[in-house]
Amino acid sequence: MITVSQTLEAIKDSSAEEVVSQCIERIENSKFNTFITVAKDSAPEAARKAEGHTGPLAGVPIAIKDNISTRGIQTTCASKILGGYVPPYDAHVIERLKAAGAIIVGKVNMDEFAMGTSTESSYYGPTLNPWDPERVPGGSSGGSAATVAAGEVPLSLGSDTGGSVRCPASFCGVVGLKPTYGVISRYGLISYANSLEQIGPIASNVGDMTLLFNVIAGHDPRDSTSVAGEKDYTKALVNDVKGLTIGVPKEYFGEGIDQAVEKSVWDGVHRLEDLGASWQEVEMPHTKYALAAYYVIAMSEASSNLARFDGMRYGLRLEKDHDWHTTYSEIRAQGFGEEVKRRILLGTYALSAGYMDKYYIKALKVRTLIRQDFERALKDTDVLIAPTMPTPAFKLSEKISDPLTLYMADVNTVPINLAGVPSVSLPCGFSDGLPIGLQIMGKHFDEETVIRTAYTFEQNTDFHTKAPEVV
Amino acid sequence: MITTKDVEHIGWLARLKIEEEQLEGYAGQMNSVLDYFGQLDEVDTEGVEPTYHVLEMNNVFRDDEVTDCLTQDEAIGNAPRTQDGYFKAPRII
Amino acid sequence: MREGSLKLRPYLDEVGVMIGLEIHVQLNKLNTKIFCGCPLDYHDDEPNTHTCPVCLGLPGSLPVINRKSVEYSIKVGLALNCTIEEHTQFYRKNYYYPDLPKGFQITQYDYPIASNGYINIEGEDGEIRIRINRAHMEEDPGRLVHEGGSIERSKHTLIDYNRSGVALLEIVTEPDIRSPKEARRFLDKLRNILGYLDVVDTTLEGSMRVDANISLSGGSRSEVKNISSHKGAERALLFEIVRQKNLLRRGGKVVQETRHFDEARGVTVSLRTKEEAHDYRYFPEADLGPIKVADWAPGIKATLPELPDARRERFVSLYGITDDHAKSLTSEKQVADFYEEVVIKCSNYYKPDESIDDYIQLDIAHFAAVWIADELKGQLNFRNLNIDSFKVKDMVSLIKLIHENKITEQSGKEVIRTILDDGGSPDEVVAAKGLLKAGGDIVTTAVKEVIAENPQAVEDYRSGKQEAVNFLMGQVMKKTRGRAGAKEVREMIIQRI
Ligand SMILES: [Mg+2]
Ligand SMILES: [Zn+2]
Repeated sequence: MITVSQTLEAIKDSSAEEVVSQCIERIENSKFNTFITVAKDSAPEAARKAEGHTGPLAGVPIAIKDNISTRGIQTTCASKILGGYVPPYDAHVIERLKAAGAIIVGKVNMDEFAMGTSTESSYYGPTLNPWDPERVPGGSSGGSAATVAAGEVPLSLGSDTGGSVRCPASFCGVVGLKPTYGVISRYGLISYANSLEQIGPIASNVGDMTLLFNVIAGHDPRDSTSVAGEKDYTKALVNDVKGLTIGVPKEYFGEGIDQAVEKSVWDGVHRLEDLGASWQEVEMPHTKYALAAYYVIAMSEASSNLARFDGMRYGLRLEKDHDWHTTYSEIRAQGFGEEVKRRILLGTYALSAGYMDKYYIKALKVRTLIRQDFERALKDTDVLIAPTMPTPAFKLSEKISDPLTLYMADVNTVPINLAGVPSVSLPCGFSDGLPIGLQIMGKHFDEETVIRTAYTFEQNTDFHTKAPEVV
Repeated sequence: MITTKDVEHIGWLARLKIEEEQLEGYAGQMNSVLDYFGQLDEVDTEGVEPTYHVLEMNNVFRDDEVTDCLTQDEAIGNAPRTQDGYFKAPRII
Repeated sequence: MREGSLKLRPYLDEVGVMIGLEIHVQLNKLNTKIFCGCPLDYHDDEPNTHTCPVCLGLPGSLPVINRKSVEYSIKVGLALNCTIEEHTQFYRKNYYYPDLPKGFQITQYDYPIASNGYINIEGEDGEIRIRINRAHMEEDPGRLVHEGGSIERSKHTLIDYNRSGVALLEIVTEPDIRSPKEARRFLDKLRNILGYLDVVDTTLEGSMRVDANISLSGGSRSEVKNISSHKGAERALLFEIVRQKNLLRRGGKVVQETRHFDEARGVTVSLRTKEEAHDYRYFPEADLGPIKVADWAPGIKATLPELPDARRERFVSLYGITDDHAKSLTSEKQVADFYEEVVIKCSNYYKPDESIDDYIQLDIAHFAAVWIADELKGQLNFRNLNIDSFKVKDMVSLIKLIHENKITEQSGKEVIRTILDDGGSPDEVVAAKGLLKAGGDIVTTAVKEVIAENPQAVEDYRSGKQEAVNFLMGQVMKKTRGRAGAKEVREMIIQRI
């Protein structure tokens, strides 16, 4: 894997253009199907222009999940229905990255419309896990995590609706953050479930992740849910957890958890204890309902968010027109993949007359209880620690055939999105050569404590120094 | 229990054409997921307010000030079919 | 006064017409759309030139509420005697139509900004009250052009999103309206109120669009869409009543459906498609937080302008004009403003030294009311012109000409017609057409008479008593009931003795 400081060194030794060109060469030779669109022409040109730029990421290549709008670069959400769509505007985070001097080298693969846990539902084929190409990289930001793990780019952006940054970070042995809802502007992020999701930074280590986070976080008047105020998160990169209280929710070590995962996470807690933190078990009794509540809410919102894809203003249009409603139905039937259609149908049903209260409203009430679980658990503790995923990366096509089995994999990540709190996933061990991820959750807007805990853990372990052998 | 007829109706509501031979499959999958969702019934939510917005954010506004528009080319540039600066859609009826 | 639908008038009982209106009012006096900064000056522009990612519904775009659109909506709500709710919230209304770029419309549902109001209108037998169920904010969809003419026959639909995202206030009445005529009166009154509030330019195309729900007793309700004028509303409703009546008479059934008003043919056509299975799946828009407006209403209420009903009452009590005149003059803000300006300018001319409260001359106020409400408005309506086509200054001169008896009433009417058709000022028209009364005017006559009747005063003046002129002037004023200028009379007297 490559770090930002190595990249900046290389730019100093040669040039940003040279570094970006090498990066693009790596991407084009990738064996993991990490990218959908490579910015072959615009990236080297941007790098040339970035010469002499003084921003914190001047000349540094970055990969962007393909559901984040990039002006002039195709943005597909890994869906057939958005094939050829070139946004005429940049997402807020893209504006910030450009201002910081970063070079967008292309758009990375993902589950179609971010709906998935394995990056297998992409119209552009699955991304492979660099640690074991027979396994999934996790999802939905599989391309974002895999490209960093494969050492193709030092940084990437993902998005996390129910674990979509943390899951692939865990499966690919990299660091990924889901910030507090509202900390990063969603302007330009193509919605899957807008009340749940946040854009999140991914990097090979906590320092780089924080550097990237620092660039993209901050207020944006174009997102009404964006929170005012700027912070310097790099100040939280402190190697010290003395006096920190960790809560360990036992519900996150439930049925189906891999023993190696359980052991690695507990080892991590004890490592932090050695470094001066204390821990206690906490109870989060509604955790077992989080998955159902999450999927009801996410699918309901998705059914509405994805209503705009009709092939009139952008995207797929079929040869023959019928009356408008029939044409629309056919375009959508052909343009969306199976999982997306399933979620739209279920979401439509959950919102429909007669079922709204039973599913959607009920799920929102359960969401309240889960939020309260977090408030309670974090009252006497500073952070919570749990496994990100119950198992290491599973095999390709192992779970894709049964939707429900696949949904179950998100059991430890979705409560965080329901509560809107921040959570970072970072490597804490290996099982048969596959990375294991540990997640650190914090209070609303307390990314600093989450980052400090993660940084301290990283500084005192060597998991982040391991990289897959990519030949 | 969702029937194949329900699936057809929901498909219409969602503007997703579902072929005859797919109806059965969708009904089965949807029923198993909805079955799982059914566990929410176990939770006592008496007196619990639904969370519509996870953070308390009230009265977020913009001022009534003009910002830049897209050009016509930018606006219609991604459209598969256009005519005289309009998007071209099928007839309604 | 009729309280809501409680009292049915006999002429309606036979068919039991119930009409409810939904009026979409464009808050087009704003600078920008409701959720984005696109400007509203698109009316003469190319299609799709006033759009941005937000109002085009591009993937990834997000709405942000225009603060002023909320203020305007509260203003209208208060003027319609509504309750302004403590908190209001936007929802998504999910349905599909090509003019809706997101596949849902951001609108309001459970917590509309205003509810439970009313408007009083003129009924067949006195004033009646039409209740307002609610007024809610939403975004305007784009504009569709049905290529090849009508919606039924067109081969394609062309879409222009310039209009997409304009702030709308949808005003929903209770089914209190009993006839097409009442519907039109209601709409006229509403337009009048909106004009007073200065939140809508009602002259712009599409600024007030009406959907009507209509049923006859014993029948189902049909909804007529695409009504773009008040006259159109009257025609569409008449057509619907006749259509439903005939259907029922023949033993048929009125089905609940949506119908489209074809303005050109004056008919409504069924829009029945599978789309009829409406299920809007309203749910709160998570991209927009709640709005707490409890504190806003009192401040906005304090700045509300005088509304038509209040102004009408003031006109009657202050100017002493008839209620009919006051109603006519206040039925459009611009006309009422015009009238008040004319009255003040005329009064000022005749009594320049008095303070404003004293100098309004009731006979002038009455005179102006007659000439503006009866004469000028009639001629304007006939020509489809608005009050801007006639200058205040010209009306003041005209009133003086008539009031001082320099021209006849017949000539006065001719002056108005000529100015509207060919331009010019009253003096120019009078001169060009030789409309001045033959044999001098009453002032000259009065001067002659006074000189003849007061030989002693004339003698006094001639022998050096300057004050004698004042006595003679007073006599002339008395004779002319003040319709003469003092300076003018003085000169005429001196000249003649
Ligand atoms: Mg509406
Ligand atoms: Zn716009």
